[in-house]
Amino acid sequence: MRRLLLSASAAWLVAGALFAQEAPRLTGPEPFNKETPAPPMQRQVTDDFRRKRNYPDQPPLIPHSIEGYALDLNANKCLACHARKFTEQSQAPMISVTHYQDREGNTLGGVSPRRYSCLACHVPQTGAQPLVPNTFVDMDALVEREPRGR
Amino acid sequence: MDVSRRTVLKAQAAAAAAAVAGIDLPAEAQNLAAGEDIALKWSKAPCRFCGTGCGVMVGVKDGRVVATHGDMQAEVNRGLNCVKGYFLSKIMYGADRLTRPLMRVRDGKFDKSAELQPVSWDQAFDEMARQWKRVLREKGPKAVGMFGSGQWTIFEGYAATKLMRAGFRSNNLDPNARHCMASAAVGFIRTFGMDEPMGCYDDFEHADAFVLWGSNMAEMHPILWTRVIDRRLSAPHVRIATLSTYGHRTTELSDQSLIFQPGTDLAILNFVASYIIQNGAVNRDFVDRHVKFRIANTDIGYGLRPEHVLEQRASHADEAAVSQPSDFDAYARMVSDYNLEKTAELTGVSKERLLTLAKMYADPKTKVMSLWTMGLNQHVRGVWANHLIYNIHLLTGKISEPGNSPFSLTGQPSACGTAREVGTFAHRLPADMQVNNPEHRKHAEEIWKLPPGLLNGEIGYHAVLQDRMLKDGKLNAYWIMCNNNLQTAPNTNNETYPGYRNPANFIVCSDPYPTVTAMAADVVLPTAMWVEKEGAYGNAERRTHMWRQLVNAPGDARSDLWQLMEFSKRFTTDEVWAPDTLTAHPEYKGKSLFDVLWRNGSVDAFGLDEIGADHENVESKRFGFYVQKGLFEEYAAFGRGHGHDLAPFDRYHEVRGLRWPVVDGKETRWRYREGHDPYVEKGAGWQFYGNPDRRAVVMAAPYEPPAEAPDQEYDLWLVTGRVLEHWHSGSMTMRVPELYRAFTGAVMFMHPDDAQKRGLRRGQEVRIVSRRGEIRSRVETRGRNTMPPGRVFVPFFDASQLINKATLDATDPISKQTDFKKCAVKVIGVAMTERGAE
Repeated sequence: MRRLLLSASAAWLVAGALFAQEAPRLTGPEPFNKETPAPPMQRQVTDDFRRKRNYPDQPPLIPHSIEGYALDLNANKCLACHARKFTEQSQAPMISVTHYQDREGNTLGGVSPRRYSCLACHVPQTGAQPLVPNTFVDMDALVEREPRGR
Repeated sequence: MDVSRRTVLKAQAAAAAAAVAGIDLPAEAQNLAAGEDIALKWSKAPCRFCGTGCGVMVGVKDGRVVATHGDMQAEVNRGLNCVKGYFLSKIMYGADRLTRPLMRVRDGKFDKSAELQPVSWDQAFDEMARQWKRVLREKGPKAVGMFGSGQWTIFEGYAATKLMRAGFRSNNLDPNARHCMASAAVGFIRTFGMDEPMGCYDDFEHADAFVLWGSNMAEMHPILWTRVIDRRLSAPHVRIATLSTYGHRTTELSDQSLIFQPGTDLAILNFVASYIIQNGAVNRDFVDRHVKFRIANTDIGYGLRPEHVLEQRASHADEAAVSQPSDFDAYARMVSDYNLEKTAELTGVSKERLLTLAKMYADPKTKVMSLWTMGLNQHVRGVWANHLIYNIHLLTGKISEPGNSPFSLTGQPSACGTAREVGTFAHRLPADMQVNNPEHRKHAEEIWKLPPGLLNGEIGYHAVLQDRMLKDGKLNAYWIMCNNNLQTAPNTNNETYPGYRNPANFIVCSDPYPTVTAMAADVVLPTAMWVEKEGAYGNAERRTHMWRQLVNAPGDARSDLWQLMEFSKRFTTDEVWAPDTLTAHPEYKGKSLFDVLWRNGSVDAFGLDEIGADHENVESKRFGFYVQKGLFEEYAAFGRGHGHDLAPFDRYHEVRGLRWPVVDGKETRWRYREGHDPYVEKGAGWQFYGNPDRRAVVMAAPYEPPAEAPDQEYDLWLVTGRVLEHWHSGSMTMRVPELYRAFTGAVMFMHPDDAQKRGLRRGQEVRIVSRRGEIRSRVETRGRNTMPPGRVFVPFFDASQLINKATLDATDPISKQTDFKKCAVKVIGVAMTERGAE
């Protein structure tokens, strides 16, 4: 049945063969009550290599391991490298200027407490292949497609 | 990626050197697009995910969403989004979007045993109408049903409630919100006579203490958690106490965590009440003027099938919701059972921690905000648990003022706006009215301009009962919209899947993506989502907010609203209403449901010219009038003038939402409180006007044990839930590569000693087995959750690890909300030999 459904969607025709193996993670076992082995756990990406953002406002992804990082009321391991005052020693990217603003947009003398929960927005990645392609189009591709005489 | 950091640094150095050398590149070579080329059209919308209701700015170019960011003007989140919200731009673009209706067809005809194949909308609707008419003819309104959603827009929920209740005369309409906050909703009605919180998010900036009763806010309400943390770190006297059955990111950021034995939160709540009474911390004046006491029936069963031994044994399974008037002294005697020693022993929480918690509530100078979500609501005594929190706030008078706030958080973007306010539950009508109240039905018939006596007064099947009735062949034509129930319902192998594949039943599923539920349906309708349609949501703080259609849906995908209204064209009143109704009111004879429900003079009152030239609106253009405005204004008539007032439709397109009641153009932040709520009379202080005597209820209720607990064979507690990166069943977030890679598949969180005892290592494959079903998963002994020995946690977002095959379909017997947090499992390593055989 899955095969027929796949053929219903043009995008799947291209992607189907490549991604069918992982498809139960989206559509479930076929039939529903069939036992499904659990895929192995994926390794974290730790190459320290910056990923391009999908758009300027996207929070950057974390390209390193954060295992064992303390994030409690006493310590925030992320800020120990990424806060402005530590970036020279750490050579880590400084957290964005928006992180020094309060709810009203006033700039503060330090990191805003509302930005303390780093992992609410910034997440590490595994090396897993996407289950299905995403057809999101980068704004640069749209801009480049329509060059105007300048 | 094998580009090393060193290579990158080298490349950067080369570029920098060229720059220093002063090489002047011509303007074209800089490749800097400008002006019109890079202009994006920005519009506001609420986030598609949780009940927080963050404002999002959505950037559109060439008919596609290309960027999103947190809306600085939105009071809820002031420029912040969580990682899911920041990736909203990509949720609509999974390559497997459904773009054509699918139906099980063999030889050109519907055949339940055939495979799904593409068909036209007409073919799909024709077959659906044929099946609905057959079932209505053969069995009547009780055999048709719909399972909707707290993710429906307000317009969609309102259209669904009209089509089901007035069109098909069936109350078998329930939202998936039943699974997530029915206990909270029922708790509100039983305590205050009106649903939804009295306070609002402004309480975050006023409270001195936050107490979380079964809520992992750091993951599940991350943006509200930023407001808690902002307050905690900005005002050093502020404290956070978190109660949970295991450790997680929220307990890590709390001053105090109380890890209790599953189900015993009821005892802790009663202990706190007892402490308040014993230590003279009762606000006598408040209690005398604004509170009354009742005592609940006990031994009320577990909402299982009536023949289950636990139901047979329970003395009040049939009278679970009944309570009797009582008084302060009787209540004080009841809670005095929960002394410090007994409570510490039962709950496993240290005496010291229990006392610290109780003192927060007892201290008259400490403003306390209590927060709760699924830990408290998905609880076989969830309604009681909600009562017991209100009891504490009512005894101390810490309610309805800035910072003193018992606050029920919601999980879905319009659980409040659509499921509760519109009333898409099996027992509800708009504005807190009930289907079994003749006056309420009469009022609805008047607003809907329908014949008196048309509406059905019998309460319909709730979510879990719908699954049971499908399995038993008593519910036969069934439409699932905007949810993935086969992944998220309890005990799916035994109670949900059999009903979907029961040959007596015809199952329709509307969804943007091929979900587990869609794959098991007989007809699948491709659905427009989020900003592909105009919409309105209502968040957890009574904030109604709206958005415009910003892009078109792919292919033939159409919104739930379009589907509901279009389907109504295929029925005439003669086919679905009782003959005597039509004999008494012949003016309705022979009309289509489309005409009587939508072309009734109010839903079709506004023209297309009111939409504005800048905005697409697929539904309105299809039907010839401004559908969303007409539906909203008709709906708003239910609530205006008695505490549920909504502003005029157009205003919501201008502002970042408004908190109802909106009276004289002003929103209400604290209900029931003089000076804040225009419905409270001068000099009264507080008035809980949802109840005729304007008093709120303190309900006496004891601790009772969960439906199932670990024993020798099934020796572990299973807790299920979410993770930050995925939302519910993952149908949107699993299709965003960055979110998928952030939490790639479900794992079973377990204490290292429990793993070692079973000879298991981190990453090893295991079977998680309950009395009902089993799945395979992987052991995780580290990471974000810290499990106490004897408890495991498995998230439910991963369709390849359907943990709800193992869960138990026990519910709170009053609210009918499932307890997804407590059942017994055993965990066994998958042997190498078994794996070799695959």
